[in-house]
Amino acid sequence: MNLPEIFLKIEDIRTHFPVEKGFLFKRRLGVVKAVDGVTLSLRQGEILGLVGESGCGKSTLGRTVLQLVHPCEGRVVLEGRVLTALRGTALRKARSAFQMVFQDPYASLNPRMTIFDTLAEAMQAHDKVPREELPGRIDALLRKVGLAPQARRKYPHEFSGGQRQRIAIARALAVGPKLLVADEPVSALDVSIQAQIINLLARLSREMGLTLLFISHDLSVVKHIADRIAVMYLGRIVELGPAAQVIEKPLHPYTKALISAIPIPDPRREAQRARILLPGDPPSPLNPPGGCPFHPRCLYAVDRCAQIVPKLEPFGQSEREAACLRVKEINGC
Amino acid sequence: MPLLTVQNLSTAFHTRHGVVRAVQDVSFQLERGETLGIVGESGSGKSVTCYSIMGLVPQPPGRIEGGRALFGSVDLLACSRRELNRIRGRRISMIFQDAMTSLNPFLRIGEQLIEPLMIHEKIPRSAATDRALAMLDEAGISEAEHRLKMYPHEFSGGMRQRVMIAMALITKPDLLIADEPTTALDVTVQAQILELIKKMQSELGMAVILVSHDLGIVSGFCDRVMVMYAGRVMESARTDDLFYDTKHPYTRGLRNSIPALQMKGAELHTIPGQPPDPQHPLPGCPFAPRCIHAVDYCAQEEIVLVDSPPQHGTACLRVQKENLSV
Repeated sequence: MNLPEIFLKIEDIRTHFPVEKGFLFKRRLGVVKAVDGVTLSLRQGEILGLVGESGCGKSTLGRTVLQLVHPCEGRVVLEGRVLTALRGTALRKARSAFQMVFQDPYASLNPRMTIFDTLAEAMQAHDKVPREELPGRIDALLRKVGLAPQARRKYPHEFSGGQRQRIAIARALAVGPKLLVADEPVSALDVSIQAQIINLLARLSREMGLTLLFISHDLSVVKHIADRIAVMYLGRIVELGPAAQVIEKPLHPYTKALISAIPIPDPRREAQRARILLPGDPPSPLNPPGGCPFHPRCLYAVDRCAQIVPKLEPFGQSEREAACLRVKEINGC
Repeated sequence: MPLLTVQNLSTAFHTRHGVVRAVQDVSFQLERGETLGIVGESGSGKSVTCYSIMGLVPQPPGRIEGGRALFGSVDLLACSRRELNRIRGRRISMIFQDAMTSLNPFLRIGEQLIEPLMIHEKIPRSAATDRALAMLDEAGISEAEHRLKMYPHEFSGGMRQRVMIAMALITKPDLLIADEPTTALDVTVQAQILELIKKMQSELGMAVILVSHDLGIVSGFCDRVMVMYAGRVMESARTDDLFYDTKHPYTRGLRNSIPALQMKGAELHTIPGQPPDPQHPLPGCPFAPRCIHAVDYCAQEEIVLVDSPPQHGTACLRVQKENLSV
């Protein structure tokens, strides 16, 4: 690949939610900083895996990119167009370029609509597809996601979870997007079905040049599909780098712990390896610790970690970045 | 003598839309202090197996169609409710996937912890409170005295699971049944909880049945593993044998489709097709329609779990007849 240009740019995004109490006289109790200063760039056709535990802000970041929630600061730029500045009709028109696949295929499809209606609605929402062209285009779409064209006459309840997720992907593709945000697309599926959906997304990205933001809590799933991995903790990105390198040799103490906590389905390797056990739970985003958000659970924390907020900084020559004050000491250079 | 012997357990649900055979002909044994993993995808009958043993299957619509579950000399499936209540919560405890729905949201943690002791051991409240404090401490909950007065919603998911473990183990049971105890938790917290169960197991010398959909968890935790599919046991073996000498095509397929083990770039190995519909069981082996090794008789003959070599049971007809190696 010869240096493809930046396709999607996320610039210092901050998405905060006020927490209020009371009905008429609202009192502000605090602010949840779900996403707190995230900067990322994606190239055309790239798959970026966004990983983190529950409450780290990964879904909010995905929704912010798609303008489903508006950030209080920062810009999202897709192919030179500033999405965060768009409103109303202009935003709706722009939406055909970016679509979303949700976690739960049982909740994200309308149970009263046939697959044909679901897909036709999506197609016609953006450009006027002539009625007589619809069946042909829908059949092609269904084939693309690995379903038989007969499926279009059926209702969602007639399909299994994996097939429903295929339909949800078909719906997202119906408007011809260039960017797909998949929020935990395989978490609700059984192991044997997960692999099918991951293969499908990887193939679609390859064949259609689709840029994919793949959000998941499961590093082993992300490792397989993603070109690069971004690890989030409490609203910030703590590590970013090529997938294989992040998994093989994580830099940030949190990534190290996260990877060591993944159970390996191999009894001998499982018995041999040392597991890093993190103390405590992830802190509440309503009341995050000062300094590095990870320092209360970090095995390497020193005094200054509680005071200075580390920035995401390049590490070494490769494309790797980490947000840790002691990253050099910990990784022995 | 084994701690628990389950023989030919079959459980069905009689619904308006027909009979769902959730568990069919499941047999296994559990020794004292042993850890058994039950692995399977959703609908494979792994949870219903445990619920049947604990007498937690709602009847109707559920019905235990046959089999025995001998715990010592008591058949858990046939004994009286009184007898069952003397065993459940004292000698056999269970923890569930979702601690929020299994704890009573209206009762303080303290009340819920003390209750099993006051019922089963009939000790005074003050003594029970002392035991509860000690138990919370064991389970890794700091400031136990203060925590006893808190309600379940004031705890995080991992802490709630710790409370539930403390509650299950406070009577020092001989057997703990853990039904997907970490599925709702983050990986870093999952590692903490598994470590805690392991620690408590070695302290109390209890046996554990761990139900999970994750072969990874089972591989590091269990002495033996039973793989279930469509209500039946497909393969049952010592953990090492199951992983390094896999006999059943389904176990092989399940292992191969785990992303953790595969190299990036290559297509992930998949098991084609969908799990069977339990309401319309097919004759023969339930895995046959998805099996790459299936031949004609797979879809016709009944499957049985046969041990060969000893301690390694397989229900694959082709393995049994032709010594197929997967």
